[in-house]
Amino acid sequence: MIKVHLRLLILMCSFSLFAQDYFPSNTGVIANNSNYTAFINATIHVSPTEIINNATLLIKEGKVVSVGTSISLPKNTTRIDLTGKTIYPSFIDMYTTFGVKKPERGGNGPRYAASRSGFYWNDHIMPEQDVMVSFKYDTKSASELHKLGFGVVNTHMPDGIVRGTGALIALNNDADNAMRIVDGETTQHFSFRKSVTSRQSYPSSIMGSMALLRQMYNDAKWYLDGNVKTKDLSLEALNDNKNLLQIFEAGNRANVMRADKVGDTYNVQYTIVGGGDEYERLNEIKRTNATLILPIDFQLAYDVENAFLASTLSLSDMRAWHQEPHNPRLLAENNIQFALTTHGLKSKKSFKSNLMKAIESGLSKQKALEALTTIPANLLGKSDLLGTLKAGSYANFLIASGDIFNKETKLYENWVQGTPHVIANMHAKDIDGDYNFKLIGNDYTLSISGSTSKPGAKLESNGKSLGTKISYANDWVNLTFKTADSIKKEFIRVTANTANGNNLIGKAILPNGNELSFYASKLKKETVEKIESDKKINSEDMYMSPITYPNLAYGFKEKPKSETLLFKNATVWTNEKDGILENTDLLIKNGKISKIGKNLSAKNAKVIDATGKHITAGIVDEHSHIAAVSINEGGQNSSAEVTIEDVLNDEDIDIYRNLAGGVTSIQILHGSANPIGGRSAIIKLKWGESADDLIYDNSPKFIKFALGENVKQSRFSRNERFPQSRMGVEQVFMDYFSRAKAYDDIKKSGKPYRIDTEMEVLAEILNKERFISCHSYVQSEINMLMKVAEKFNFNINTFTHILEGYKVADKMKNHGVGGSTFSDWWAYKYEVNDAIPYNAAIMHNAGVVVAINSDDAEMARRLNQEAAKSVKYGGVSEEEALKFVTLNPAKLLHIDDRVGSLKVGKDADVVLWSDHPLSVYAKAEKTIIEGITYFDIERDKQMREAIKKEKSELINLMLQDKNKGLKTQPVKKKEKELLHCDSMDQHQ
Amino acid sequence: MKNLKKINIVLFLLCITLSFAQQTPAPKQVKDFAIVGATAHLGNGTIIENSIIVVSNGKITTIGPADSTPLTRQAMDIIDAKGKHVYPGFIVSNGTLGLVEVDAVKASNDLSEMGTYNPHIRSIIAYNAESKVVESMRPNGVLLGQVVPRGGRIAGTSSIVQYDAWNWEDAAIKTDDGIHINWPNSFSRGRWWLGEDPSLKPNKNYVKQVKELKDYFNEAKSYNKGDKKNVNLPFEAMSGLFDGSKHLYINADDEKSITDAVNFAKSNGVSKITIVGGYQAGNIADFLKQHNISVMLQRIHTRPELEDHDYDYTFKQAKRLVDTGVLVSLEPSGQMERMNSRNLPFYAGTTVAYGLTKEQALQLITLNAAKIMGIDDKYGTLEVGKSATLFISEGDALDMRTNIVSKAFIDGRDINLETHQTELWKRYSEKYKE
Repeated sequence: MIKVHLRLLILMCSFSLFAQDYFPSNTGVIANNSNYTAFINATIHVSPTEIINNATLLIKEGKVVSVGTSISLPKNTTRIDLTGKTIYPSFIDMYTTFGVKKPERGGNGPRYAASRSGFYWNDHIMPEQDVMVSFKYDTKSASELHKLGFGVVNTHMPDGIVRGTGALIALNNDADNAMRIVDGETTQHFSFRKSVTSRQSYPSSIMGSMALLRQMYNDAKWYLDGNVKTKDLSLEALNDNKNLLQIFEAGNRANVMRADKVGDTYNVQYTIVGGGDEYERLNEIKRTNATLILPIDFQLAYDVENAFLASTLSLSDMRAWHQEPHNPRLLAENNIQFALTTHGLKSKKSFKSNLMKAIESGLSKQKALEALTTIPANLLGKSDLLGTLKAGSYANFLIASGDIFNKETKLYENWVQGTPHVIANMHAKDIDGDYNFKLIGNDYTLSISGSTSKPGAKLESNGKSLGTKISYANDWVNLTFKTADSIKKEFIRVTANTANGNNLIGKAILPNGNELSFYASKLKKETVEKIESDKKINSEDMYMSPITYPNLAYGFKEKPKSETLLFKNATVWTNEKDGILENTDLLIKNGKISKIGKNLSAKNAKVIDATGKHITAGIVDEHSHIAAVSINEGGQNSSAEVTIEDVLNDEDIDIYRNLAGGVTSIQILHGSANPIGGRSAIIKLKWGESADDLIYDNSPKFIKFALGENVKQSRFSRNERFPQSRMGVEQVFMDYFSRAKAYDDIKKSGKPYRIDTEMEVLAEILNKERFISCHSYVQSEINMLMKVAEKFNFNINTFTHILEGYKVADKMKNHGVGGSTFSDWWAYKYEVNDAIPYNAAIMHNAGVVVAINSDDAEMARRLNQEAAKSVKYGGVSEEEALKFVTLNPAKLLHIDDRVGSLKVGKDADVVLWSDHPLSVYAKAEKTIIEGITYFDIERDKQMREAIKKEKSELINLMLQDKNKGLKTQPVKKKEKELLHCDSMDQHQ
Repeated sequence: MKNLKKINIVLFLLCITLSFAQQTPAPKQVKDFAIVGATAHLGNGTIIENSIIVVSNGKITTIGPADSTPLTRQAMDIIDAKGKHVYPGFIVSNGTLGLVEVDAVKASNDLSEMGTYNPHIRSIIAYNAESKVVESMRPNGVLLGQVVPRGGRIAGTSSIVQYDAWNWEDAAIKTDDGIHINWPNSFSRGRWWLGEDPSLKPNKNYVKQVKELKDYFNEAKSYNKGDKKNVNLPFEAMSGLFDGSKHLYINADDEKSITDAVNFAKSNGVSKITIVGGYQAGNIADFLKQHNISVMLQRIHTRPELEDHDYDYTFKQAKRLVDTGVLVSLEPSGQMERMNSRNLPFYAGTTVAYGLTKEQALQLITLNAAKIMGIDDKYGTLEVGKSATLFISEGDALDMRTNIVSKAFIDGRDINLETHQTELWKRYSEKYKE
């Protein structure tokens, strides 16, 4: 109701030239114009697939009446001759913020409650927001868009996770909003980004945004079914907007996948605003079935003249520059539908040049036109009105000098709803040529060039060239030139008219103020008709540096395959009762460990001499934060609803570096910002595979909990979030588990219940379907959590960090919880004062299953050495020490049936070491997962050379760009943030 | 020996019941002793298998092969070290031990002073000789180190200490050895909260920042040439750089910064120059060698800075520099650097996996460090006349499996290898035996 009311207000406020028939006029008589206008003798692109030569377009009252070659024109028709010119339907940009003022940042400091009431509990969910409330037609932007060929844009409020409805606006500068609004409610908008107007902390990460969207859909259904007794205008609006086009601003290919994943759960197919990097994993993008809205904000070449600065450029950034222009082509070739947008361009002006770049990179002109006309029209449900020039459509069209996708082509006029917007005078005469004239006895020769675009002039007299400036518009020429006198700086000015395009007639004003008549006659010239042929797209433009998996340094051009591998004569650390076997062979087949023994042979096996080398199971890191784009959702004291599986990053170079340290499986844990963290992802480091394919099949379910200084925000300056003490931490758990129990009881009773992901997850813990890995430091809190779990009749699975585990090792043993700890970290905060490197040994000796983890992308590369420290600190046997980073973490993660030891039938996740695996001198030479060699020290050397070569080639190409005079951008040093427990998403 | 050890443990357990604080520093050596039968790693690249090392009055008086070095005097303790290894005490370059106890507790942090130009700030007076973190170095053979203030453009003045002392005066081996500069960064970050691109872009203020530093040096020089009537403490502290008594340590990582920094120092007439960090120093090893510039090389266990860099980039830098003939030591700065300083031997060990020999790697944390800091007349190697600052390890001390230190001496003093951590270990091991 509010919405409708506001919209009415806007309409009533606006005044108009095209007054609607029931509006009174107090400025004159109401003069209707129902004449026809015909554009004749034009080449007309009625649609991307239909071109008519020498045709007529007939329009009336802003609409197309007819189009074709044999059209009878009514008497009251104004004719416009477009001989030699081309008409196109004007473009549609379906993703803009046209006429919308960017919202300003509101409030300060984090807050945990919503600032509104009567709406959804989270400020960032604003489906009730109506773009028309703040819409103000922006003539300046419209004119800018006219020049690019746009006639209609869809606009929306670019703020919040749910952003409300967008509207479709015709860029008709001479009309009022009543005329311009094609549809006031076309789209509903989404993103992962919070509103800048609210300081509500939640969500503080992409995974939090995803969880919030899911909960919102669940709540909307619950609300729709009439289960909520109070009013929620947000959910009402969300339900009302269900049938509009749902547009999600994702911004990069990984987020495209994430957005689509959220939508799929609720049968919502978003149209997704991409990032231009979709080409990196086309198959995946295709699988979403989403139509994309594609920005074309291609990178400029980097300025690589300074070799030192250039050396900091990453191959991935350099490739992006070279590959991005191919994105539209590659999507088109793979039949992925897309519309093009000006969104994301730093300067809208670059739209045309970037579009040309895409075409030079192989995008067909037809596809380009479709992406700018019929596809957006169709998506917006406006095919009858927009996108083509069929009868009944809006008279939205472009008049151009020729092929609109040709660099040389001039756009003359952009008609919107029958209103012309002149961009260049199409009737301007071409006065290029050479002229002779006489002034005070001197003969002059004048050469004019570029008169229809950027006029330039050269003047000669008596074999001497004179400095000259020229301007030319509407048949009038202004010419200023220096006199032949080289000492005095004096000028002669000429103003002349050219009525017929052949002679210039006017007057000249001499330096002394005397005026003379001026006559210049055009010299006849044998004009060679320039044949405008389509510039052939040469193969050089089509060249693209190859895409690798992942698309950065050390990515694979072709993904490596599973092999049959026979290692001969190694020292094999089985981690089974066979212990350490000397001079032993190991056969890998079909991704599994096939045989272990002496003198093995196998057909077609690749034989690897491992004499003097060691083979162990792949290292398992129980606590990692690599390969994820978010680690913490700290916006609330519980975030069980989020999952790291949503935010995996398959192009993290640390995956490769971990492989180079012999790591094959990791648990990516949520951080420790809150007592109840998020769900984990347990993955294999299959470098090159896409995010979802890294996750274990039938992965065990885990969640991160946390205790101590981090969750009570000890180092925060403000104390606003419960809990602020260890006492409060216990009560958080008691509260949530009590509620989860109640929730689960209702659910099991069969009564209707509000789906609450957070409670679902906690109930899984109560039902022993999900395991807790809890960040913990001091003995009091460790003891506490075990007691809480026992009260609810389940066990804690793992304490991670567990630096005072040695103080309660007996209690841990009795509870049945494992400990995953650091080898020797301490002294970094108060609660690790009593952390000792003997912790692992003491817990192990007390019968606790002990693992040593990294929590650190660097240390993860040397976990074997960290395990070796248990030999030094506490005298653990070498065999047991190795299990701290292989079998034991596998046990703690419930994946020991698949990995963690070398046993026939288990996954072939193995490492070939150059030396004793616990020695500081050992290097991983091959790291193999399921029979696929993901790291090979020899191949690594080749890759280094290849990277060097490719970078030099790309640098050459960038230098060529610069030498051509093209703009460049300063180099950027790509850095990879080291994520750990405390890391929060930046800039959310 | 085994018996001795047991007695030690018993004695030690008694100690716990009496006090639960830091270990008592060892008294001065009164009786001579000889370590017999060990493989001696001299720290200068040489090994003596089955060696004899005689220590008297805190100094090494004899060292040589056991079969050709007769023990002349009888009144000494014999330490049987057959099958074991003896090393010079490891030396932490560019350390901060004793300046912070617990990283996250501000009250325990004396790492840096406010202000940009702080040459007069002296780390030694804040050095906490009783730090629990310091004592945890000793069981790994890390016995000496530099104490360096951090922060600002000129961070301050460092000193060198040994890790078994009652107070900072006792601990000091060499006070005010050098001044530490943080060279301007080649890259700077946009302020995202102002809507700027937060990525790293070339630092536009680099030239300005370097000029500021140059101006500061010029002012300091002028002051020290004058009558100094109006005392300027920071300028006063700079005088050592110009008369050759103080060392200049410049933190710089990329090859351009390093080159600029070296040229800057040279043009200011500074004679002792060391690059600290030096991530890309290997790229310009020839230049460094040519100018006789030493490098305290950044923590070996660091991730490569750039995505494209070799995974072992940081592991192999030491070899690149050593092979060219640059004097290199290892420094631990970075996250958790204090407690991690005890891993210094393993940083050195890693350089072996990536190209150096074990004895070359050892030099990085013994002789080379001592040379750079100018304490090699007394420390850094096992040589006659030098301080008996050394330890006995059960095995190879650069490998974590075998770095098991049974005895350690600083200036011949038989130091306590127990720590807060070993006490807790023993206490809780006992608890579960009940």
